[in-house]
This record gives sequence, C-alpha cells and structure tokens, in this order.
Amino acid sequence: MIFSSTEAVRRSPGVLTILGPKWRSLRARVRVERSGAGGRVLLLVLLGGGFWTAVFGAAYRVLKYFKGVEEIGPLLAGKLLAVALLSFAAILLLSNLVTALSTFFLAKDLDMLVSAPVDWIYFYLAKLGETLVHSSWMVILMVVPILTAYGVVFGGGPLFPLAALVTLLPYFLLPTVVGSVLTLVLVNVFPARRARDILSLVTLAAAGGLVLMLRLLQPEQLARPEGFRNLLDFIAVLRAPSHPLLPSEWAASALMNWLLRVRDPLPLLLLWSTAGAFIVMGASMHRRLFAPGFTKSQEGANAIGNRAAWQRAAARLLGWLPVTRREFILKDLRVFFRDATQWSQLILLAVLLIVYVFNIRALPLYTGERVPVVLVTLVVFLNQGLGGFVLSAIAARFIFPSVSLEGRQLWLLKSSPLDLRAMLWSKYWVGTLPLLILALGIGVVTNRILQAPPFMMLLTIITTVCYTLAVGALALGLGVLFPQFETENAAQIPTSFGGLVFMMAAVSLLTLIIVVEAVPVAEQLRAWQENGAQGVPVSLFFTVVAVFSICAIATIVPLNLGLKRLTALDV
Amino acid sequence: MIELEELTKRYGKFTAVDGINLTIPAGELYGLLGPNGAGKTTTMRMIAGILQPTSGTIRIAGINLRTRPLEAKSRLGFIPDRPYVYDKLTGAEFLRFVSGLYGQGGPEIERRIDELLELFELTPWKDELTESYSHGMRQKLIISSALVHRPEVIVVDEPMVGLDPKSARLLKDLLREFVARGGTVLMSTHTLEIAEAMCDRIAIVVAGRIAASGTMDELRAQTSSGDATLEELFLKLTGGLAERELSDLFQH
Repeated sequence: MIFSSTEAVRRSPGVLTILGPKWRSLRARVRVERSGAGGRVLLLVLLGGGFWTAVFGAAYRVLKYFKGVEEIGPLLAGKLLAVALLSFAAILLLSNLVTALSTFFLAKDLDMLVSAPVDWIYFYLAKLGETLVHSSWMVILMVVPILTAYGVVFGGGPLFPLAALVTLLPYFLLPTVVGSVLTLVLVNVFPARRARDILSLVTLAAAGGLVLMLRLLQPEQLARPEGFRNLLDFIAVLRAPSHPLLPSEWAASALMNWLLRVRDPLPLLLLWSTAGAFIVMGASMHRRLFAPGFTKSQEGANAIGNRAAWQRAAARLLGWLPVTRREFILKDLRVFFRDATQWSQLILLAVLLIVYVFNIRALPLYTGERVPVVLVTLVVFLNQGLGGFVLSAIAARFIFPSVSLEGRQLWLLKSSPLDLRAMLWSKYWVGTLPLLILALGIGVVTNRILQAPPFMMLLTIITTVCYTLAVGALALGLGVLFPQFETENAAQIPTSFGGLVFMMAAVSLLTLIIVVEAVPVAEQLRAWQENGAQGVPVSLFFTVVAVFSICAIATIVPLNLGLKRLTALDV
Repeated sequence: MIELEELTKRYGKFTAVDGINLTIPAGELYGLLGPNGAGKTTTMRMIAGILQPTSGTIRIAGINLRTRPLEAKSRLGFIPDRPYVYDKLTGAEFLRFVSGLYGQGGPEIERRIDELLELFELTPWKDELTESYSHGMRQKLIISSALVHRPEVIVVDEPMVGLDPKSARLLKDLLREFVARGGTVLMSTHTLEIAEAMCDRIAIVVAGRIAASGTMDELRAQTSSGDATLEELFLKLTGGLAERELSDLFQH
C-alpha cells in the first residue's frame, strides 16, 4: 500500500472516495428510519430536546450567577469551561481508543481498502476522520447546549457557533490522534481481539470511575450556587487539574476571548499548530506501524484451557437439570463471560447502582427534624417506580438481546431436537433470576435507607418480585418478536425499534402497577393522617391479587407469543 | 430415509421450491444439483427443520417432521453451507453443547468428541475459542457436530467448500462409509465431478422443480444425451453461457 511512484499516488482514490460508502450508508439508513418509524423519530426528538433543555437550563443558571459576580465572574466561567472541556477530553480519549481499534483494525471494509491501490496517507486521513466522527458525536451533543448557554449569557453573537467550531475541531482532533496512536501501539503488542477485550474493559472501568467521581463531587450543588457560604467554597468544588500547557485551557481561553471580545489569537494558534503536529506525528507512526499491526490483528489464538473451576462448579450446580437444558445454560454463561463487550457492562451497571443508592442517600429527608411518615411513604412509593424503571433498563440491556444474539447460530438450534419452549425458559431464568436477586437487593437496601414503614417494605417486595418476573418475560418475548439477528454488538440491540417498544411496554406495565397500588397506599396515608393507626388496609389484599394477575398475564402472554414466533421463524 | 411429498416454499409471490417429490432410501447417497437460486438450499433447510414449508410433507426415517419434529430431528445431522458457530466456545465445548442439544452427555460422548476431533485433526485446537479457527477448521467442526450424536440421516449443503484436499477426501470416505452402513445422505454441491463420483442418484433442480433425476445412466436417457458427462447434462438442462458473451467480456 506504500507507493513510491508519484503517478500511483496521483491515481490513488482520495479521502472522500474512501469515505463515500460510509456517508451513503448513513444517508440510506436515515431515509429508511424516516420512512419506517415516525413515532420513533418523534420520541427521539422529544427525549433529545428534553435533555438539551435540561443541560442548557443548568448551565444557563450557573453562568448567569457567575456573570453577576463582580470582577472574577468571567474568570470562573472560563475555569468551568476548562474543567468541562478537560472532562470531555478524558471521555474522548477513551472513546477514541475503542473506536480507532474498530475503524483501523477490525472494520469490514479493511480487506478491500488494504488490498486496493490506496495511498497510505489518504487511508490514514480517511480512517482518522471516521474515528473522529464515531467517537465524538455524543460529546458534541453534550457540548452544544453548554456552549449555547455561554453564547446566550455572554452575548456571543451570531458568529459564535463558527468560532466554537474553529476552536473545537482541533481540540477534538487531539484525542483522536492520540487514541489512534495508542491503539496502533497496542495492536502491535497484542492480537487485535485481545486488545479489544482489554480496551473495552479499561474504557468501561474508566467511564464507570468518571461517572462515580462526578457523582461524588455532588454536582447538584452547582445548580444552586447561591447556597454556598462563600465563593471560595464554590471554587473548591471546581478543583481540577489545570495547567497553561493543557489544550483544554487553550480551548477555554479561545472561546472566552471571543465572548469577552479579547483580541488574542494565541490560544487558537496553539490549538491548530498542536493538532497539525499531532496529525503529522500520527501519520508517520501509522506509516511505520500499520502494516505489521494489521497483520497481527488477523491473528487471534485464544487458548482457554480445559474447563475452568467456575465452569466445573456451574456444571455441578446444574447437575440436576436434563443434559439439554444444562448444556444450553452453560453455553449461555460461557458466551456471556468470555465476551468482554458483554460482561464488562456489569461494571457500568454496578457504578450506576451505586450512584442510584447514593442518590437515595443524598435525599434531604433526615436532616435532624422529625419527618412525617406520609412524606417517607410517598418517597418510598416513588422509589419503587424509579427502581422499576432501572430494572426495565437492565432487562433491555441483558435479556432483550438474548435471542437475537443466537442470530447466525439459529440454524443449529432449529435443526436440533431442542424443544424451543425449553430453550426460551432457560433463557428466561438465566436472565431473570440474577435480575430478581438484584431487584430485591436494591429495593430492600433503598427502603432501609429511607426507613420505610413495614407496610411499604412488604408492598415493595411483593411488587418487585411480580414486576421482575414479568419484565424478564416481556424483554425476552419482545426480543423474539423484534429480533436483530444481523447485529453483532449486543449493546446496539436495545436501541433498536423493538427495544423501544419493550421500554414503552415495561413503563406502561409499571405505571399500571403503580396506579393499582396507589389505592391502598393512599388509604394507608389517610389512616395515618387521621388517627395514626397502624396496620394493613383491607384493600392491600385485593391490590396484591390484582398486581399478581397483571404480572402473570404480562409474563405468560409475551413468552407464548415469543415461542410462536420462534417456531415459525425462517432463518 | 428421507421422503418429500409435494414440498413447496413460497416467499410472498415468489416460489422458491415448487412441489418437489423425492424418496431417498436408507443406504443411498443422493446429490442435489442446480444453478444458484434454484431452491436447493431452501429444500435442505426445510428438511433440517430450519425453514417451515408452505405446504407438503417431510418424513425423516419415516417420522413426519411437522407433527413429531423433535423425534425426526434427533435422527438427523445437518451440515450448512456457512459454518457459523459460537465464537466464544472452544471446539470441544461446541461439540459438548451440540451433544447436549441431542440429549446426550457423559463419558461416552467425551470419547466420541475426542475421536471426532482426532479424525479431523482438530485436537491441537480443541481448547481454543472457535473465533480463532479458519473457515476450513470451522467447517470440519460443524461436520463433527453433525456426526457426534450418531444420526441416521445426514443433510449436507456444499460440503467441500473451504476444506483442504485431505479433509475433502476424508469427508468423501466418511459419507460413503456412512451410507454403506445403512445411513442416508442428501448432498448439494456445485462440484459436478464430486457428485458424479460419489452419488448413487442425482436430481437436477431448476426454478424450484426437479428437472431430471436418477442414476447417471437414467439422466442420460431422460435427456437423450448419449454418453454425456454430468457437466454436459447439467448445462443442457440449465442453459450455458454463450461463447460470444465471454469474448465480449474480455475485449478492451
């Protein structure tokens, strides 16, 4: 692929030609989505709009307050921007590491591009551009409302978006180049598949750590800056590494210069010259290391050894099951725990659960004064709803894709005498049992933190068991009804249309249960308010029967529909 | 034994398989030939229970696949044309899993797995994830998985693709031996020499229908082709590419 002849370089396809299929595929996908699912687009617009409004609102409030602080207000705003940009750079670096591995070493178009007469520099620039777009779009979505708030508060004018683009493009390029170079080195040391496992683990652990760190910083304090005793307290909250040589400082300075009408081109010059130098260095490393790295990425010998201890233990534990069901469950466990892109999501899940419990603890319920039991009951009731939503999201991520992931292997399952009903039930219990344990754990722990009355604890446990069993079945059933057999990445499956249908169904079920339960809860609250009487209202019995019936229907119907679909499925 | 009665598969208005009738007795290796898109793979996937027929009946070893699917499937071994296996299982684990699907396990199966891996020279890779296997190794693993539960009938779609000459020879011998011991094999292939050398009888499928079937001599008689080779018979029944078109293709 490295040419010495100028003629060959001249005839080599350019960056736009190489990226053409990507762009066209994206356009085709957008066209299909537009024509196929108007409701889905509307929901996305609503969700995105809500998110943007919330971020913009919080940023606007903080910046408005800063602007009111004499002398050091703009300084604080600049400092906040630098902190935000530095956090984004950390996220971008991690995201670029994983994306670069995929675009440079694992993508499906690589065989074709590497075997075609494509000059190395065009290949590098095209792949770098692809990595930039894939890894940065989410951060860009986050940046837009924040910078809009800056523009509005400090009067950035109509050209501010352009200034932001000129500033952020080189800033985003830096982590892309660094991520690509690190990936290049990593692939030259490890085979690509092993490198992918290591990277996804490191990324998720780091992302989890970042979320945890941000939560423990108590960002809710930023939303009410007037609550600080003095400005020093506030600055202390904003403590973060800062150095004049950090590109985040340059980018923040460039943007603040525009907003404050300061004529100083130095930060921009620094950004662009550094980005240019990084690209040149990245390109020269790519020229030297890509070919050996790409060769290594084709290797993938992964010896597992003969049956690890956990597998022997699992096999013993499941020894009472018929051989077909036992081997099927063992297969599901092996495949899950050997795929780092799958099990590493558990780290993120653990972090989110810690954040959830931390949020419950941070509620200003017990601040020394006596709390009315009515308030506690209401909060516990709301917590039950929120917990249900969290469970639905977990089911969407882990249970919904389970049949889709069989995808290309369905030929084997359907041509064997495996009873599809048994297969579906195996998948149901493998997914639902851990979810149930988790759900009961969260429910009991958060209720203990909230010091829930026994009546509410009982209601929470009953609801959690019934809802979890139902939501597992809903996820599995709808996963069969809306399969994504072509998707290899399990994380993408819940974001499909079927995933959306499942989330809507799960939230509807949750709402129905909460509405049904509102009757005994309201009755109990009235009784407490009127005479402080303790005890269980009669309506609770009927409510439990109703919740049980609703959940039984929500369990049996989707599983039966899923089984019918699976039986009739042509693969 | 495989019996097909008026087997039909339609996708909307398109008829992929159009009323095929076929009986393959025990102890016979039957070849299914035809151009791309003729309906061979669809037929085989219906026999394997992967696709549901629009109409018609399939019986495997005398058992109706629609009414008693599990019993019928337990007598069948299917080898698809594309070797998709679970990437995150090792070769030995994959075979153990497939045995489990057929309700078999224990020391006897462990011996059988070792025997098959040895036969296909996969023993050095038995504890490696299949994601690191080559196409041919995956194909050999799938062939092993179709044999692990000792089926009575084997349905095999394009068996030689990706196999090295030694493994291809081994598979040919294996299938002949299987048939000699009373098994039934239905095989589709595009390699006409293999079909001619291996199959007891052959059917040529065109547009979802059997255009001709029988032994080589019977095919020649049906098409009045004297002592034509299978390739000549095939081209006669399916239509060949005109010489002029080829010369046009390479004109500068």
